[in-house]
Amino acid sequence: MVSYLINGISLGSVYAIIALGYTMVYGIAKMLNFAHGDVIMIGGYMAFCSTSYLGWPVIPSVLFSVFVCTILGMIIEKLAYKPLREASSLAVLITAIGVSYFLQNAALLIWSSNPKAFPNMVNLPNLVIGDVQISSVAIVTIITSIIIMIALTMFTSKTKLGKAMRAVSEDKGAAQLMGINVNATISMTFAIGSGLAAIAGVLLCSAYPTLMPTTGAMPGIKAFTAAVFGGIGSIPGAMLGGILLGIIEIFAKAYISTQLSDAIVFAVLIIVLIVKPTGLLGKKIAEKV
Amino acid sequence: MSLLKVNELHVYYGSIHAIKGISFEVNEGEVVTLIGANGAGKSTTLNSVAGLLKLGNGNVEFNGKILNGIPAHKIVKEGMALCPEGRRIFQQLTVKENLEMGAYIGDGSTLDEDLNNVYELFPRLKERYKQIAGTLSGGEQQMLAMGRALMSHPRLLMLDEPSMGLAPILVEQIFDIIKQLHSKGTTILLVEQNAQMALKVADRGYVLETGRIVTTGTGRELLHNDMVRKAYLGG
Ligand SMILES: Nc1ncnc2c1ncn2[C@@H]1O[C@H](COP(=O)(O)OP(=O)(O)OP(=O)(O)O)[C@@H](O)[C@H]1O
Ligand SMILES: [Mg+2]
Repeated sequence: MVSYLINGISLGSVYAIIALGYTMVYGIAKMLNFAHGDVIMIGGYMAFCSTSYLGWPVIPSVLFSVFVCTILGMIIEKLAYKPLREASSLAVLITAIGVSYFLQNAALLIWSSNPKAFPNMVNLPNLVIGDVQISSVAIVTIITSIIIMIALTMFTSKTKLGKAMRAVSEDKGAAQLMGINVNATISMTFAIGSGLAAIAGVLLCSAYPTLMPTTGAMPGIKAFTAAVFGGIGSIPGAMLGGILLGIIEIFAKAYISTQLSDAIVFAVLIIVLIVKPTGLLGKKIAEKV
Repeated sequence: MSLLKVNELHVYYGSIHAIKGISFEVNEGEVVTLIGANGAGKSTTLNSVAGLLKLGNGNVEFNGKILNGIPAHKIVKEGMALCPEGRRIFQQLTVKENLEMGAYIGDGSTLDEDLNNVYELFPRLKERYKQIAGTLSGGEQQMLAMGRALMSHPRLLMLDEPSMGLAPILVEQIFDIIKQLHSKGTTILLVEQNAQMALKVADRGYVLETGRIVTTGTGRELLHNDMVRKAYLGG
């Protein structure tokens, strides 16, 4: 029971980190970046290559993976989404799906469809309390996500850039009138989201150590669900949604059915959205005229 | 010396020709008002000058520099602030955060001083500095929008209908503040529906009709101009 809970929180922490990327990008660019899940996969491969092929130690290879994904996120934004800033949201959505396929196929070309065994990145002993055993990966995952959440909350609430980001997500024209460079701010948001995706990729592959070009797809969709579940656009919502989703998934697997667990996860989402269409923490302030 | 000079400016929204070759100027230290009926093109003019809209033919010269093609966020740094129509404060940010965004181009060294100046002008904002801006009353939101525009120390302050939707006593208060800023030497370009009050505080005014300037004169002249009285001052 306790170990299920820990595993659920751990898996949920990964979803939360991915969901943060979805929600931040949605908040600022008002678009669903469906390629986000595939950036996770690229992050996984980067860490895999730098450790397995180049023999790098853990920390540098994680940093390398974050670096590559950050740049990748900015490039995707600049090449694929920026030209569509004024286009219909349907066009943007289709483009995002296209980018997603592009990344998956590029990975297929480079690394083939054979699953790669992800190296053990967390070389720590598991924690044993009484007869409960907690994997070290789960502990590292939870701690990492707590640090990320605190850092991100501080960033958006306390720093000038973070506040500017919130201003841009509310009203781009008014933000420009303040002297805020809207394009640079959007690019920065993609950079942060994609950097986080790389970390999520490493954590995910550490917990489930098979790496394939489609590795990012399902976690991506679930994290998107988590973001909607928590209230898309809301940073605390993404965190809460991610963790709850992870717990629900693990408990559904343990007590109901492994095959049905995904269906149960999405059923919970649908129920929440019927009861509260804006998600758990989503809110709308009535506009005053 | 003219701080802002607009020459033969044309602005289009797609195929709609909204501004049809207007020219006007605002001199250092002046309050100049643009008046005109709904849809005359007043907001379009201000938004174009601020760089939010793409300019057609003609040019906008500010402080001796041609602004055509410069994005809005860089124009702010030249010393221009627009308090846009409908206030457009950041609803989810607090009052203080909104004001900080107004000072975004600054280096932060005069932030406290600038906040105090705004709080002195609008004491109501000081009491409510922690409040989420979207929960302020309409009048308070207008004060916040003006305060936010002042935070960047603009040489030219453009106000788009600052009295819109306010009770008479608040309108009075907003115009008092415009006079106060004027006496301190701030250059102001004011757009108003309330032509009577606008012409009273303005040194000069321009009358805009469907994208063209039809009359100009000092505030006093326009107040007594028959055509203006008929169309905008209720006879
Ligand atoms: N985004 C837009 N797309 C198309 N036409 C527009 C747009 N914005 C304004 N217009 C048109 O341009 C003209 C000028 O509009 P503008 O908002 O500048 O008028 P205004 O003088 O500020 O009016 P008001 O007093 O009602 O605020 C109007 O005919 C309006 O319909
Ligand atoms: Mg207007």
